[in-house]
Amino acid sequence: MRTPIAYFLILSAALFAIGTVGVLVRRNALVIFMSVELQLNAVNVALVAFSRMHNELDGQVLAFFSMVVAAAEVVVGLAIILNVYRRRHSAIVDDVSLLRG
Amino acid sequence: MPLDNVVFWVFAPISIGSAIGMLFQRNAVHAALFLIVNFFTIAIFFLILGAPFLFAVQIIVYAGAILVLFLFVIMLLGVDREETLIEQLRGQRPLAIVLGLGIAVELFFAIRAGVGFATRGPENFDEVANRGLVGNAEALSRVLFRNYFFPFEVTSILLIIAAIAVMVLASRRARAITRAEQAAAVDRRETEPVA
Repeated sequence: MRTPIAYFLILSAALFAIGTVGVLVRRNALVIFMSVELQLNAVNVALVAFSRMHNELDGQVLAFFSMVVAAAEVVVGLAIILNVYRRRHSAIVDDVSLLRG
Repeated sequence: MPLDNVVFWVFAPISIGSAIGMLFQRNAVHAALFLIVNFFTIAIFFLILGAPFLFAVQIIVYAGAILVLFLFVIMLLGVDREETLIEQLRGQRPLAIVLGLGIAVELFFAIRAGVGFATRGPENFDEVANRGLVGNAEALSRVLFRNYFFPFEVTSILLIIAAIAVMVLASRRARAITRAEQAAAVDRRETEPVA
């Protein structure tokens, strides 16, 4: 393996930063959710890269668990968005401002 | 130039580019399609990092299941509305971009200090990490069921809870009719002329 591990980590950091900007900038609740997925995937890349670096499989197991939890989280989150849409007829987070002070 | 280097430099720009494309795409369906491209490139990174099992799981679970779920919900809610570019909080968008860049730079320096650019993955990863077993899937399952058995069972419970929660959340619940509504319905029936 000739590619330095740091390259994978930097790629993961870049994807995580893009996901952060997506969560902060976008208004559509679905796209915010996709950005969260991007962040989770970026962290998975870092976990697998560290697993390679230390010659152990624990990082891969952890990435596997994070995938399972992400699947559960996506399903519940989309159901919540669906419920909000039924009530407000909008998936834009600015329209859901009932608790605004 | 070794093969894993070539694969990395081909797919890293695609990965970053598709992520940025998702960020700037105003149509939610197009954003989801960019995200699929990104998930596939991440699966390929898993492959060259020596995790073929996670490569398969990434494609099946993320590109197969989760993105289909996203597209299904987007179609269900309707795709005709695009986001407005009017800012609700003034200066929030540039501030967010600055913060994102700050996170990227900070992580870059943390990686440089903590790992360094000289560290490379070991060549004999498959033999050492798989401990003489047949392949990555078998070795991974041995670690999973020996060292991480209890967390594994807890995730199965979590999945069942999530499935039941979604059924409760997404179903259109039959609302109990209040006494006033019942009386109003009876009134309407009595006052309406029989056709």
